[in-house]
Amino acid sequence: MTNATATAKSIKAGEFTGIAIAALAAMLMLYITAGASDPGYAFHAFVGFAAAVAAVFGIGNRYFKRDPEPIPQEIDGKPNYNFGPVKFATLAALFWGVAGFTVGLVLALQLAFPVLNFDLPWTNFGRLRPLHTSAVIFAFGGNVLLATSFYVVQRTCRARLAGELSPWFVVLGYNLFIVIAGTGYLLGITQGKEYAEPEWYADLWLTIVWVVYLLVFLTTIWKRKEPHIYVANWFYLGFIVTIAVLHLGNNLTIPVSILSPKSYIVWSGVQDAMFQWWYGHNAVGFFLTAGFLAIMYYFVPKRADRPVYSYRLSIIHFWALIFLYIWAGPHHLHYTALPDWAQTLGMTFSVMLWMPSWGGMINGLMTLSGAWDKLRTDPILRMMVVSIAFYGMSTFEGPLMSIKAVNSLSHYTDWTIGHVHSGALGWVAYVSFGAIYCLVPWLWNRKEVYSLKLVNWHFWVSTLGIVFYISAMWVSGILQGLMWRAYTELGFLEYSFVETVEAMRPFYMIRALGGALFLAGSLIMIYNIWMTIARAEPSTEDSAAPAVGAVPAAA
Amino acid sequence: MSTQAPQKESIWAKHRILETNSIYLVIGILLVVSIGGLVEIAPLFYLRSTIEKVTGMRPYTPLELAGREIYVREGCYNCHSQMIRPLRDEVERYGHYSLAAESMYDKPFQWGSKRTGPDLARVGGKYSDDWQLQHLSAPRSLVPQSIMPGYPFLAKTELNYKYISNAMRANKIGGVPYTEEQIKNAEADLRAQADPNDPNVDAMTKRYTERAEKTPDGKEQTVTISKVNARDFDGNPKMISEADALIAYMQVLGTLVDFKLYDGKANIR
Amino acid sequence: MDSTYKLLASFAQSMGVIYFMGIFLVVVAYALWPSNKARFDEAARMPLRED
Repeated sequence: MTNATATAKSIKAGEFTGIAIAALAAMLMLYITAGASDPGYAFHAFVGFAAAVAAVFGIGNRYFKRDPEPIPQEIDGKPNYNFGPVKFATLAALFWGVAGFTVGLVLALQLAFPVLNFDLPWTNFGRLRPLHTSAVIFAFGGNVLLATSFYVVQRTCRARLAGELSPWFVVLGYNLFIVIAGTGYLLGITQGKEYAEPEWYADLWLTIVWVVYLLVFLTTIWKRKEPHIYVANWFYLGFIVTIAVLHLGNNLTIPVSILSPKSYIVWSGVQDAMFQWWYGHNAVGFFLTAGFLAIMYYFVPKRADRPVYSYRLSIIHFWALIFLYIWAGPHHLHYTALPDWAQTLGMTFSVMLWMPSWGGMINGLMTLSGAWDKLRTDPILRMMVVSIAFYGMSTFEGPLMSIKAVNSLSHYTDWTIGHVHSGALGWVAYVSFGAIYCLVPWLWNRKEVYSLKLVNWHFWVSTLGIVFYISAMWVSGILQGLMWRAYTELGFLEYSFVETVEAMRPFYMIRALGGALFLAGSLIMIYNIWMTIARAEPSTEDSAAPAVGAVPAAA
Repeated sequence: MSTQAPQKESIWAKHRILETNSIYLVIGILLVVSIGGLVEIAPLFYLRSTIEKVTGMRPYTPLELAGREIYVREGCYNCHSQMIRPLRDEVERYGHYSLAAESMYDKPFQWGSKRTGPDLARVGGKYSDDWQLQHLSAPRSLVPQSIMPGYPFLAKTELNYKYISNAMRANKIGGVPYTEEQIKNAEADLRAQADPNDPNVDAMTKRYTERAEKTPDGKEQTVTISKVNARDFDGNPKMISEADALIAYMQVLGTLVDFKLYDGKANIR
Repeated sequence: MDSTYKLLASFAQSMGVIYFMGIFLVVVAYALWPSNKARFDEAARMPLRED
């Protein structure tokens, strides 16, 4: 940028609007801070105020430091990829992942040793549990999805990410949402709807962030240099669009006052239950499945260095999956006051869902055909392949548990918790770890991660943890379900409720051990990633990893 | 957003087709995913059989509503369900299976998904107020094997009900049939329910248990449709604590519907 | 009320099956259409090409 002095610098419309909106938001936040009905809400308004002020300074600073002419879309005929937001989201994912796993371990220990609740408001199980679920699903998983989607859409469209401020707004705004949501639970600010706990103002903020996310993603696709939209982007788009619909439907609330964090959902009782699990199950279907299948469809072929087994199957997989998933919600409400016809529909579609799920699994696994030997030598690829196997296992278990007869036993027990974690740890976390291990060397121009040996350790330690976790939950879940319905010879209920609680104790300890191993594995990963980035060793041109970033190749 | 200006007409036309392709993709996704939701959710609003006809249901009193907010705030739903399934062991353990009508004023519903602790759909009246207070403060002093966290701070914290009438107003917008009179008297009614010596107890009780109805011959008459518990729930007359509100809420759970008058066969869905 | 429910239910059940099969067949046809093969094979290689 040698001719920087030649052009007069002018402020862009985006910069101007950004500063103006942030300044207005800062004033609104200050007003709410002053008048808030409770200290937790005042704290949130103050965080909002600080973020808005930071945005004004951030955009202003960026304006003064940047070159007058716009950042080039291409350098030497190659796309000038924008990896800053990708790097941020990757590191945020690592941070939130460890935080979320840690809270999970604390919860597991609280169930085994209730004294660890400390009988304080901010440390009791009821407030920490949403912190754990949100931290692992939305903070860890969400940042992985932001990072990988912004990476994959650029690489497969061969175009720079659309906008300059908008991608940063998406990643920073999303993480601000996480901070507001998470601290809110600890302070007792919650909607009381599982996986949709954030209150109205956090929901409103997320809606804005999500719309910008969709626009950045779509606009990048519009700029693409490739004729076809790669299938991973279909899955990302399905995830972004559907999550928007679900979020709006399940969070239509009426705030009590602008000065109060509390709101009431417009739906009541049975309708609210249906909305909630339409949302809840599709958060699994579209956030934790479609989004991470997109990761599978890019990172597995890339790492294995061969195209996906069947592109045609992937198209059928996509449409069948999104079509069937949306119906499955009522299986969370079997035998409840939800009308029977809705329960039957939910069950039917859940069972049918088995097929596209396994279609996807086969497609992912068979991508390795002819390269199975790589599983021996490449622990990163092994992690991703095992994640696909776990995906297959939990998408078999899911339909099974959605059958009403099975559900009458499994529902309300730890079996559900075990099922969720076989999907969450085995599938979502493993495919994310695999993607992060691939992504970090690509983003920071390293040949490979610092140590494949440590990846191997991560893999075995956490696999052992998962096995402990899910087998303990299977046993405790089925045991408790059977104890609840056990009768004596005289026809009385055999066990009081608390006797069944007592019987769970050994399994809660084994589960905590499993969680501790999984957390230990993730700490090994943190060290490995830290060393990969910190070690100053720019990769050479002939390396397997492509040269990325704003620096063009010397050739 | 920052696409370069088109250089040739043909390229521009081509580009446009590509753009519309991704829009088709978005529309296709929206169409496909909205069908399942619409078919499963929409009928719940217009099929009248979804919510049974029952006697006794009424909206929560201000104190119960404030207590429900505490129940939600502390995340009780993470370990306790409020939904008794029509299975033999559950009906024997907890009581009559839950009806949709029993949660028709619940915003949000608290049916739960996990029973780390027992179901609470019919916990109302099962234990004394004293028991509840002691159990909330130190669960293991009453049930040694319990793994429930203790909530000793509830009885020590004064209830914040500054926005209680706004809360009822928001519920009303969402379809809960609060009367203007109930909303106007929200704060006074809240205090009255927690203090048996309050002069407003009778008026409060009437507001939540009686309804004016027209007899077939056109005359107005007042009928008692429900019941209200009014007492000092936490046994501490000096202050209305969060425990007062929470126990008031728990003591009404599952007690409103009069099952002597409930005709299950008329409500087969 | 009852007859409306039955009418709706029978409509949903019969048309539902036709509708699902319809969508499924369209997707399968699109995926397997011979003239699309080259395009899809090309698309499958997109992640592997370097720039």
